[in-house]
Amino acid sequence: MSAPPRAQELGMMSCHVCRLVTAYSEDPHAHCPRCHSALHVRKQGSIARSWALLLAAAMFYIPANVFPIMRTQSLSSKDDNTILSGIFELWRAGSPGLAVIVFTASIVVPMLKFIIMTVLLVSVQRSSGLVSKQRARLYRFVELIGYWSMLDVFVVAILSALVHFQILSRVEPLPGVVYFGVVVVLTMLSAMSFDPRLIWDNRKSQ
Amino acid sequence: MSDTNQGNTPVQDDDLPQPEVRKSKLGFSLIWLVPIIAALVGISLMVTHFTSAGPKITVTFLTAEGIEANKTQVKYKNVVIGKVTTMRLSKDRTHISVVIDLEKDAAAFATKGTRYWVVRPRIGASGVSGIDTLLSGAFIGADAGDSQDDQNDFTGLETPPAVTHGAPGRRFVLHASDLGSLDIGSPVYYRRIQVGRIVSYELDKDGKGVSLQLFVDGPNDRFVSKDARFWNASGVDVSLGADGLKLNTQSLATVIAGGVAFQDPPGPHEETAAPEMQEFTLFNDQGTAIAPPDGKPRYIRMRFEHSLRGLAVDAPVEFLGVKFGRVVSVNLDYDEKTQTFPVIVGAVVYPDRLGQAHDKLAKLSGGDGDSEMPKIMSGLVAHGLRAQARNGNLLTGQLYIALDFDPKAKKVEFNPNARPFEIPTTPGDFDHIQEQVASIVDKIEKIPFDSIGKNLDGSLHELNATLKQVNTELLPEAKRTLQGVNKTVGTANDALSEDSPLQQNIGNTLEELQRTIRSVRAFTDYLGRHPEALLRGRGADAAPPVSTPATPKQGKDVQP
Ligand SMILES: [Zn+2]
Repeated sequence: MSAPPRAQELGMMSCHVCRLVTAYSEDPHAHCPRCHSALHVRKQGSIARSWALLLAAAMFYIPANVFPIMRTQSLSSKDDNTILSGIFELWRAGSPGLAVIVFTASIVVPMLKFIIMTVLLVSVQRSSGLVSKQRARLYRFVELIGYWSMLDVFVVAILSALVHFQILSRVEPLPGVVYFGVVVVLTMLSAMSFDPRLIWDNRKSQ
Repeated sequence: MSDTNQGNTPVQDDDLPQPEVRKSKLGFSLIWLVPIIAALVGISLMVTHFTSAGPKITVTFLTAEGIEANKTQVKYKNVVIGKVTTMRLSKDRTHISVVIDLEKDAAAFATKGTRYWVVRPRIGASGVSGIDTLLSGAFIGADAGDSQDDQNDFTGLETPPAVTHGAPGRRFVLHASDLGSLDIGSPVYYRRIQVGRIVSYELDKDGKGVSLQLFVDGPNDRFVSKDARFWNASGVDVSLGADGLKLNTQSLATVIAGGVAFQDPPGPHEETAAPEMQEFTLFNDQGTAIAPPDGKPRYIRMRFEHSLRGLAVDAPVEFLGVKFGRVVSVNLDYDEKTQTFPVIVGAVVYPDRLGQAHDKLAKLSGGDGDSEMPKIMSGLVAHGLRAQARNGNLLTGQLYIALDFDPKAKKVEFNPNARPFEIPTTPGDFDHIQEQVASIVDKIEKIPFDSIGKNLDGSLHELNATLKQVNTELLPEAKRTLQGVNKTVGTANDALSEDSPLQQNIGNTLEELQRTIRSVRAFTDYLGRHPEALLRGRGADAAPPVSTPATPKQGKDVQP
């Protein structure tokens, strides 16, 4: 299997900022002689960063689901809903379609992100060269859905802004939604700090 | 951990610029702070969750009306202290149990004596309550007790408690024959000011009465003295009894909703405040409440041989004019021996109402307990004490029973051992009146109205004839005579009056006489001066000295 040579194999690396091509250096503290930004072949500490952010996201995912995210208050009732109870409520209230959308966006997608990121990170660390193409696709998928996960956060934000008639009806965000937002941001950062080039680095060990 | 692949040996190209190398001061990747912070936040959340979680309690209610899981709140003094988490029907389907998660600082509500009830809008005699729940939905009210003992299972109250724990005031118990128009929340009045309310009521165990619990708010509870008298201030009390028409009303609210009033009895009484839960009797009206204490009631029986129309149950029984009991039964009996229908009247009397008289009599009789009253009575009956049905109200014909001494009464046997003992009777004064009226009628009947009438008629005829005679004969004659007399008197009058002809004539005559005398004098004077006149007659020049005769008017000036 003949593959095109990589910069590293040619003894070269380039600056991420000014694109200056320099000689290869293994030193992690190497800097660009032109713009003085850090020089590295791969993203610095990409795996550690991804892991850290992913772990933090997973930790915040628990309070995000345990705490109610939204309080809807109307004349006759006051409702505190967690993500799951909100989904059940939607299902019972006769909107199974909406319930499925919210469930997908708020439970399935984040869970998928956790799983995919874990799979990617583990496979990269174990230097496994298996199904690189599919893993690349998974990564692109994670990046794509990242912005659209946790629909509830948007729903709460929009509802809180729109429905605010004081006594008659009122929607208030509750602490749960903060953790939810944190989870969204952390998973996105985790995906961003992952260097997809690592997927291909182990090609040779196949 | 290294991201670079160590397996590759890079090919150095000298044409390329060499990267600068700077040493970093920190060997540790800061990114690991993020999960550490996340972990810390998570742990702190867990810790606060576990430390802030209060006790879990179960409350049973008869109905789940208005209660919703995860929504219904538990409030104490309108502060949320917990929330209903689950709700389920009991296995025997008689009640529902509600699981409540109490807040951490509401742990004192999971103790013995805490009461829970559902607050729903209620419209009762004392007004509308829980109106706010119309909009916000029902909530569970809580009231903590004194106890420190933990308890997790409660039986919820079906009605809100009228008194919250720790409210200043005292509870008292009232015994009544029936509930009347009273209800939980009915007001308690003192001098027509509301100072408390009825808290609960229940049927007595023997079913013979009702026990009410009332709560008098502090500091007004000090007015409930040990001797306080309570009466039912409910509604309008109109009674038309042997003692006349009575109309009593309290405030309008009481008329509609009912209530209880209390007051100290007049005269000397115990002023100290009554202890909590002291029992009182609830009287029907203020009059009986304020009356002297009844003491132990005694049952007496009387047998009347005549009709007792107008004697009703509750008619008063008086002893020498002192009301000391009331009639409780009026029954007809049949006496086979005499074949008559005696009326048996049963009455309850309160000897204590006789006051000192009773005390002294009791001391003299030497009896005690049940034998005391019959002993006193046997002595009194020997002295002529008799029961009599008397007319108390001529308008309505209501009767009352009077115990009075009749010195002329025939001796009767009194059995002091009979229960109830019987008091001998005498015919009522009403019968006496009848007898008297009958004798009056008899006497009237004996009057010979016929002959009196006839005689009167004859006499009247004669009188008529006489009068006729007087009219036709006597009167005209008398008239004429009188006219004659009148004339005579008139003539006499005329003659005597100043301008009557008789008087004028006299005046004229006197004037005439004077004139004549004057003429005579003038003639003699002329003759004295002119004696020749006698021969030659009067000269022409001579002026006549004689004045003209006086007019009749001049006569007026002349005094007779
Ligand atoms: Zn550069």
